Amino acid sequence: METFSFRHKAERRSAGTKAQAIVGVVASGNLEVLVERNLPDTECHVEVSTPIAGFGPVWEAVVADFVERRSPGGLKLSINDGGARADTVALRLAQAVRLIEEDVR
Amino acid sequence: MTGISWYESSARDRVRLLLDAGSLTEVIGPEQRETSPHLDLFDLPKQFDDGIVVGRGRLSGKPVFIAAQEGRFMGGAFGEVHGAKLTGLLRAARDARTVPVLILFDTGGVRLQEANAGELAIAEIMRALIEARCAGAKVIGLVGGRAGCYGGGGLVAGCCSALAVSEHGRIAVSGPEVIETNRGVEEFDSKDRSLVWRTMGGKNRRLIGGADAFVDDTIEAFRAAALHLIERAPAFGLDMLKAEQARLAERLKRFGDCADGLDIWKREGAVDAAAIPSLSAEAFTTLADKIREPRYDAR
Amino acid sequence: MASWQKAQAARNARLQAGAKFAKGKIVQAADATVLLEAVIRPGDRVCLEGDNQKQADLLAAALAAVDVAKVHDLHMVQSGVVLAEHLDLFDKGVAKRLDYAYSGPQSTRIARMLFGGKIELGAVHTYLELFARYFVDLTPHVALIVAVSADRDGNLYTGPNTEDTPTVVEATAFKDGVVVAQVNEIVDKVPRVDIPGDRVHFVVKSDKPFYVEPLFTRDPGAVTETQILTAMLAIKGIYAPYGVKRLNHGIGFNTAAIELLLPTYGERLGLKGKIATHFALNPHPTLIPAIESGWVQQIHAFGGEVGMEDYVRARPDIYFTGADGSLRSNRAFCQMAGLYACDMFIGSTLQIDLSGNSSTVTASRIAGFGGAPNMGSDPHGRRHPSEPWLRAGKEAEPDTPAMLRRGRKLVVQIVESFGDKNVPTFVEKLDAIELAEKLGLELAPIMVYADDVTHIVSEAGIANLLLCRNKDEREQAIRAVAGYTDVGRKRDKRLVQQLRERGAVRWPEDLGIDPLDADRSLLAARSIEDLVHWAGGLYMPPSRFRNW
Repeated sequence: METFSFRHKAERRSAGTKAQAIVGVVASGNLEVLVERNLPDTECHVEVSTPIAGFGPVWEAVVADFVERRSPGGLKLSINDGGARADTVALRLAQAVRLIEEDVR
Repeated sequence: MTGISWYESSARDRVRLLLDAGSLTEVIGPEQRETSPHLDLFDLPKQFDDGIVVGRGRLSGKPVFIAAQEGRFMGGAFGEVHGAKLTGLLRAARDARTVPVLILFDTGGVRLQEANAGELAIAEIMRALIEARCAGAKVIGLVGGRAGCYGGGGLVAGCCSALAVSEHGRIAVSGPEVIETNRGVEEFDSKDRSLVWRTMGGKNRRLIGGADAFVDDTIEAFRAAALHLIERAPAFGLDMLKAEQARLAERLKRFGDCADGLDIWKREGAVDAAAIPSLSAEAFTTLADKIREPRYDAR
Repeated sequence: MASWQKAQAARNARLQAGAKFAKGKIVQAADATVLLEAVIRPGDRVCLEGDNQKQADLLAAALAAVDVAKVHDLHMVQSGVVLAEHLDLFDKGVAKRLDYAYSGPQSTRIARMLFGGKIELGAVHTYLELFARYFVDLTPHVALIVAVSADRDGNLYTGPNTEDTPTVVEATAFKDGVVVAQVNEIVDKVPRVDIPGDRVHFVVKSDKPFYVEPLFTRDPGAVTETQILTAMLAIKGIYAPYGVKRLNHGIGFNTAAIELLLPTYGERLGLKGKIATHFALNPHPTLIPAIESGWVQQIHAFGGEVGMEDYVRARPDIYFTGADGSLRSNRAFCQMAGLYACDMFIGSTLQIDLSGNSSTVTASRIAGFGGAPNMGSDPHGRRHPSEPWLRAGKEAEPDTPAMLRRGRKLVVQIVESFGDKNVPTFVEKLDAIELAEKLGLELAPIMVYADDVTHIVSEAGIANLLLCRNKDEREQAIRAVAGYTDVGRKRDKRLVQQLRERGAVRWPEDLGIDPLDADRSLLAARSIEDLVHWAGGLYMPPSRFRNW
């Protein structure tokens, strides 16, 4: 298993009040993203655990683009990867942020 | 077919959409990170909830306990933590006595990688389930996911007060490949999907009395069935067990020499048995209610 | 005095030799091998059907069982290398040389045998090209064909899976060749005459129906969010702006997703009647919802598809059918239709390089080309104009005077930036080149050449190569849609930005598409059962796709 820990600065705080959200499933070609609102407003951490070795630079690039695009300030995102492709990772990260920014019903 | 597909939905979505909106309180949720202590050894990825969502919520305003297996994680298979979460839920139900339990099965059985812990968990679950029923709680199983309900899951399902199953659902202990490997392809061709479904699939289970309700593949249909079965499922006790034993003995006597699901259905009085597998859920339910009344004095 | 009837005399001799085993034209299955030993000569060119879908499996087995002393060193000319027996012939020495088009199911074994020198390779072709050579320099001496039924005069019914048969028979029968047909049954009268009996010399009835592979069935249950996103991009970014009505879909999950999105996403965009009305296409089950929703006017098919027979019968307004009501397909004519009468080809591939050359060859597997090189090529012989063709031509050559500016066929490669097992689709150097070097080929096996490719669609966006003015722009446009692969991450951000401003590159947000919307709920059908439901029960999926 390979693990990565990415620390980023985000421009603004992620919207909404929900404390946590989770998307995805750990299966072949898929991943789960647990997002928790437990960091200072301009910080974003992404923790990755993956069984597929050698894709460090790809994870780094995907996470960097995600942070720039979605400004997930205050969020910690924890990933269990089942061997997903980069675009699926990007999608789940975006889905996680969308879910945690949703109004609490 | 309108409505949200049960089959397509994740375990979390099934729970969220089955229960009254926003009523779920999850316990040992993913943020607790109670993951499998074994999978690292095999370089296999973990899931934060170890593939099962457990908690408490409301169904039509009334409290229920709920557990839902994620069939896409490790085939929904039981591991140490996964099993312990279900055991704990059932013990809570035992203590609560009057709150029914919904188990959303989606499992291939016990995880090979956690075999001993998994088998132990199955035994603990079965014991906790029976204790819960003894205490007065109804335990309803819902089967309609990708993995079906196999192995230890099939055993647990057999202990439930009632079962609802859809077309996608299969309920058995030994899986098709296992039977073929052990007994040969002439005994059971695991690649013959039609045979697998005639034997283990929702429709046969409903007709042979292995499930109490057959439902369409929608969250709505499972919800309605769950409510119905909670009402109708019998109380548990020695008399009920004796009735169940008699029911199973009679079933064996009636169908024991049948070679195929088709033979069973014909013997039950189905006019066009061969057409049954391709019937819509609605048409099938009408037929099943006619030729096979659910027997509520048993189970 | 020179004889000008040598070939005729030779055929007569073969027919006489074969007649020993026949009653009229009928030969028993048990005598198939001795029949073949009688009519085939060493070194013959033999066409064994070997189509993309249907297989003359009895005749293949019979040929593999011949006495090598009597029949050897054959030159096999056939579309598809599909059955194990097709390659057993080479292992046994029955056959020596091969010219073909498609080897998907045998891609690993054929690669091994080519590397091991067991097969002398003529060339890998595209279907229409191979058919063309049947009439010039690859005319078969003997054709071993397959049909559904025959009458005692040898009239054949080839049914929905007519495929290559008329073409093979035309080339063989009219050039002094011998035609042997395997059939499922002998009848008093065939439902329709697909092959007239005077072109058929021997008929062998098989004990079991001939094998047909359901190649064109894609389970909607397996369509992924990524494939749905590429489909949305294709529909909104290419089908809509060019107004593509006449087209071919190369088989794959990306195009299956497009088919399933027409009644939903396509409808939402107001595109019904404006796109996807005329197809050169096999009866794809995934197109059923669009047909039922009124999107499609007409389809001509290369072959049939297992389970679609009754649906086709019930939709003669859409499909080509005979007087008997069943589908009439024809690979040669459909390939022609795809070449000249379609404005777009869209299909998938395994590898794309920085020029846009695409290939399905990997280091250890040779799948051949199938129809893609033909469908995915720009025919210079075309003369009739259409809106998409003219528009693409203008994008390609903006400086050429309009009156002298031919159009361009849209050739779209639709892919995911990472393929199976996370292997990148976009590469600096194609595996095909390494393979060509290893095998000593004159050309690397390229499926679609860069100068034919007009667009590349991935989940990262659309590269419009027609709008790229030089090699660098082309390379950066490709890198711009290569996502997070090495190739994609090395893109020149400044140049890519310029290309986006010009529309040569369009990312999802440039088209108003949010990847978060690429959801399975957009599919008009999400399971095989849904397709059966759409077809009103007329579609009967092959057993591996159903529970009943």
